[in-house]
Amino acid sequence: MTASLLIFLVLALLAIFAAISLIVQRHPIHSALSLIVVMVALAGLYLLMGAEFVAAVQIIVYGGAIMVLFVFVIMLLNAEEEERTNFSKLATYAGIPLALAVAGFIAAAIARSSGSLPTAEPSGALTSTKTLSNLLFSDFVYPFELTSFLILVAILGAIVLAQREN
Amino acid sequence: MTDFLTKYAFLIIPIVKIAILVFIVLTVDAYLTWIERKVIAHIQARWGPHRVGPHGLLQPLADGVKFIFKEDPIPSHVDKVAYFLAPFITLMLALTSLAVIPFGPQKFTVFGYETHVGIADVNISLLILFAITALGVYGIALAGWASNSKYSLLGGLRSSAQMISYELTLTLSVVGVLLIAGDFSLRSIVDQQSSAHGLLTWNIFPQIIGFVCFYIAAIAETNRVPFDLPEAESELVAGFHTEYASMKFAMFFIAEYTSMITVSCLATILFFGGWLSPFPVSWTFTHYLPSVLLIPFGLFVVYDGMRYENLFGRIMLPGVGTALTAIGAALLVFPALNGAIQGPFWFFAKVFTFLFVYIWMRGTLPRFRYDQLMSFGWKFLLPVSIANVVLTSVVILWRMH
Repeated sequence: MTASLLIFLVLALLAIFAAISLIVQRHPIHSALSLIVVMVALAGLYLLMGAEFVAAVQIIVYGGAIMVLFVFVIMLLNAEEEERTNFSKLATYAGIPLALAVAGFIAAAIARSSGSLPTAEPSGALTSTKTLSNLLFSDFVYPFELTSFLILVAILGAIVLAQREN
Repeated sequence: MTDFLTKYAFLIIPIVKIAILVFIVLTVDAYLTWIERKVIAHIQARWGPHRVGPHGLLQPLADGVKFIFKEDPIPSHVDKVAYFLAPFITLMLALTSLAVIPFGPQKFTVFGYETHVGIADVNISLLILFAITALGVYGIALAGWASNSKYSLLGGLRSSAQMISYELTLTLSVVGVLLIAGDFSLRSIVDQQSSAHGLLTWNIFPQIIGFVCFYIAAIAETNRVPFDLPEAESELVAGFHTEYASMKFAMFFIAEYTSMITVSCLATILFFGGWLSPFPVSWTFTHYLPSVLLIPFGLFVVYDGMRYENLFGRIMLPGVGTALTAIGAALLVFPALNGAIQGPFWFFAKVFTFLFVYIWMRGTLPRFRYDQLMSFGWKFLLPVSIANVVLTSVVILWRMH
């Protein structure tokens, strides 16, 4: 077993367990914390693949900014621990078998085609921040600017919604 | 044994370096509290700590012992997991951030393994630092929330809001330096500032606006005066760490001082040429500056110690003074050693200056009001740092054509 495989397994298991804990936890803050662990573990996986910039941005934007807002809002609203309700009938009789079936299909599909699936091209020089930004601001400049514009509109919309009462 | 060392040098040397760095940083943290108390005391015309050891020099040791042996009560109805996790997260992140900082220019080879002064030399070190800073807010926010106390909660909320607001400025103010250097690696940012003319090519001159924004935002990020609203004692008792005692409180404290050191290192590297000497390269006589400072200071400590009021001080202080003088003399005698010490000497001299400014401000400035803090951050500091980015880009583009 190579070191990188070992690190991959640790990070992947960490991400999966944190994701499960995100759903299972009863307190919103604990769920948010689990989500942060997922984000950081994913950043570690990116780092393992040599995508340093994406890894750092993953932590700064998702782990830092967005999750801080989540935690901040949960703290501000002083959200209490959630009550456990009985499973709805629909979830028990239709949901669980359906989820199992979907998981089974995906697993079967992967198991069947894992030999024939083509591997992705190694990104190579793309990992350096300079090449990444060159690509982003030349070849993909329109999608990039459009996305930024979309986010700006969303921010303005949020401000308008918040200001309406005054 | 040597075979084993050569084979696993890539693993053993970083671990040894980490152990040494953590030891140094924790010692510096401890003595930083002593310096802070002494400096503020003298600013306020008091003596400061002077009972434990000569000039209170053993006070940090006494504080450490006190922190370890103090009772550690856990308040009722705290959120156990978050309550215990918070100090650990804070301290761990603060110490981790030091791992990417280079302290000197030399490469050295141990057991066939080439390594640097500093733990990790990665090409995105600045981004990693910002990533760690971004996570740093959780420690304080969680501590505030988990403590089940309204003072703590208010402190935690304030700190989350404050750190999100000032993180933007902190990151944007550095973009100017990045545009000039064209690299995220702290080592190459320092190398890019080097020239034969000494301090004239440091980033502080083209990036003076960026530096001012950076330093203000950095103080806010480390929750120090005048931005220490998360622990404003006149309003919130002790803010987010009200309910913490003993070693867990000490962990917040150590983390705060470690982040001060990190920020000072970062300011030194980004704007003040890191380990570069401020004098032109041709002024070789400035290489004797460490000895010139150490020997008179050591002799003064010996002189002062011999007149000290109690016997312990009359033994300890001359001992320390003799050691300092001996180090200064050794640097004169061994030019190779003196050459190796130049980089770290300037680095730590600059870092210490920034740490002193931190303490100086604590002794001088009053605290911000909360609304002032927010409007200052969003309406003044952020636009100025954005303007700095635009200005720097325009100048760089203009020079290219």
